[in-house]
Amino acid sequence: MSINLPKKTWPGSIAEVTLGKTKENGGSRGSEIVVGGQNALPLHLFEGFIPHRPVIAFEIPDVEPPENDWTPIVREVYKDMLNDPVAWSKLVVEKYGAKLICLHFIGANPDRLDRPIAECVGLLKEIVAAVDVPIIVQGYGTGDKNSEMLAKCAEECRGEGITLASAVDEHYKTLAAAAIAYDCNLVAETPIDVNLAKQLNILLTDMNVPKDRILIDPLTGGLGYGYEYTYSVMERIRLQALGGDVMMCMPFINFVGQETWKVKEVKMTAAEEPSWGSEKERGILWEATTAYALLQAGSDILVMRHPEAIAQVEKSIDEFMSK
Amino acid sequence: MALTGLQIYKLLPQTNCKECGFPTCLAFAMKLAAKQVSLDLCPDASDEAKAALGAASVPPIKKVSIGSGNHRVELGEEVVLFRHDKTFYNETALALGVADDLPDEEFQRTVKTINDANFERAGENIAVSMVALIDKSGDAAAFAARAKTVKDTSPLPIALVTEDPSRAAAAVEVTGEAGGVLCGATAETAADFAEIAASNKWAMVIKSNSLEELGELAEKTTAAGVKDLLIDPGFKTQADILHNQTQIRRIALDRKEKGYGYPSALSIQEGIDPYQAALLVSLGVTKYAGLVILPEWHNWQFLPLLTLRQNIYTDPQKPLQVDGGIYSVGEPNENSPVYISTNFSLTYFMLSSEIDGSGEAAHIVIIDAEGMSVLTAWSAGKFGGEQVGKAVLASGIADKIKHRHVIIPGYVAVIKGEMEDAMKGWDIMVGPQEASDIPAYVKDVWLPLK
Repeated sequence: MSINLPKKTWPGSIAEVTLGKTKENGGSRGSEIVVGGQNALPLHLFEGFIPHRPVIAFEIPDVEPPENDWTPIVREVYKDMLNDPVAWSKLVVEKYGAKLICLHFIGANPDRLDRPIAECVGLLKEIVAAVDVPIIVQGYGTGDKNSEMLAKCAEECRGEGITLASAVDEHYKTLAAAAIAYDCNLVAETPIDVNLAKQLNILLTDMNVPKDRILIDPLTGGLGYGYEYTYSVMERIRLQALGGDVMMCMPFINFVGQETWKVKEVKMTAAEEPSWGSEKERGILWEATTAYALLQAGSDILVMRHPEAIAQVEKSIDEFMSK
Repeated sequence: MALTGLQIYKLLPQTNCKECGFPTCLAFAMKLAAKQVSLDLCPDASDEAKAALGAASVPPIKKVSIGSGNHRVELGEEVVLFRHDKTFYNETALALGVADDLPDEEFQRTVKTINDANFERAGENIAVSMVALIDKSGDAAAFAARAKTVKDTSPLPIALVTEDPSRAAAAVEVTGEAGGVLCGATAETAADFAEIAASNKWAMVIKSNSLEELGELAEKTTAAGVKDLLIDPGFKTQADILHNQTQIRRIALDRKEKGYGYPSALSIQEGIDPYQAALLVSLGVTKYAGLVILPEWHNWQFLPLLTLRQNIYTDPQKPLQVDGGIYSVGEPNENSPVYISTNFSLTYFMLSSEIDGSGEAAHIVIIDAEGMSVLTAWSAGKFGGEQVGKAVLASGIADKIKHRHVIIPGYVAVIKGEMEDAMKGWDIMVGPQEASDIPAYVKDVWLPLK
């Protein structure tokens, strides 16, 4: 007996988005990263074309991060440079082989340190000079200052192909204009909703942001904290994209670390909850599992924190892609 | 595949006799399609209709039952590839290994750890499903003695992991009927294992690295009288797991090939990195495995894996709501802050997670706003100041706290005035717009107030 194994093919494919620009393309990055381009379900190499592997970005905060979000397990790794994002960037690139970094401007938040925009942009330029990997620049949230800051980053680092995070429903125009003017990628963030994701993509493309410059952030619910909604929204968006909906065909980015290290299940120590086991390995696995299952739902870029969690997910990606 | 309402209608007598309790045959057909009624209500249903509906109602993946009693595990009956298309019904059973050659005390301690691996999360109990007894001794008497110990000290079903039918038989003999699942049958030993399983009402796993052969073996094993069968396609890499598990689910749902309509098993090998082993379990959970056997494990793996399983197997058809009322984050007392929010699940999850992250235990008063988020509820008139104020007073929160402060979401600062009117003597504080700013708010506003 022989069986016919089903082979699912699709009319649509995912757009290819390039992060960073090398010298040949007018920038100073040592490499460019391309994501997307696949015409198959996530990691289904057995029945389609998946030209690029998913990539992982190391998240680096611009100022010393708060302890309730960056807990001791992950602080320990970066303990000598918690207040030095330039050294932090060098460490992840040189020691951990980071291929992509995400500079997260938490200090610019008016409710926190309210760092002036000029300082933020100055820091970005220092990091651009210190490491040569492509860079994602993430704001602190939403608001006029956030948009203005990201637009200024785009302007001052034009030609480097940086990625701006994130355009949202009410604050997308400034960022869309900056992305077009300074040749940047733009993350389009919507709150775990298929229709809102599509709507924002339409708004951005209506403003002439090219499809191959947009990344979809479906908003990542932490494991145990709305994770299943993100998982299913990603599956639905990807199915629509592969079905031929060009307003859904952008690669996904997930900010995994930000939803990992603040949850109770990660923070409790083994001394407080003996049956939960060692907090170090538990936290690393929490981040790795969150990222890994999102790969199954279609993630193309995972923004993470702990180098061991990142190494484990990279190892798995190797195994999927080596066929 | 399930029949549509119109397909069913064509099979009905179309007399609109109303005997079934519905005004028309079409209305009855729609209810049948939604599986809300049974065809028995129709007095004139033809044999043809009964046969067609019967065949369509048999699930494409057989229901399999492992063990007996309260901790019996049920698998199968899945109907979709993507959870949003319906739901995933029977969650992946996780069996944790214990080697039969461990010294007595360590053996018992290990079984106890497996028994105790259950946790309360989000109002549900999440737990390890089975004890997997691993044949290391190679000795039938020793294996059987350990099986007896597991039976006597664990309420969970047993997965007997041995490739030797005689050792499996010895262990089954001492543990009795319907004790669990036999894991180790291959093409060569299928008939022997089938006999043990069939005559003792045990479930069994049949394994083959060839998908073609697996289907044939499954049919033969079922023909030999095994009622509860699982199929294990084996793997070398994670890519194999994704491929095999996906294809088995697809072929089963398609119903064209016989031999694949069984829950699948994923048996993880020993000696691999514990993080990678855990990620393999995750892959089994997201990608269709019915039973996952993890021979070597650490207790720090429990919560991430069981939480992932809980999330993936949550029914997406349920409205995304939590009930109205008072919730606790941490162990709040009479001096703890009180946050007000709507009953949209995601809002609640994010809020409770951030409050947890703030390090300051708190009460949350959840207002029933029909599952809408804060701004939506406010625009829809479900989260007005007067309504919210009255609901907060009615919640009974006043009895749980000594102070008279409540914190409302920053997005609905406009309801503050109306709330003050509705809640005389209370201080209505406007919190941050985003839950993520709660830790900063606690530090900068709440703690200084205290």
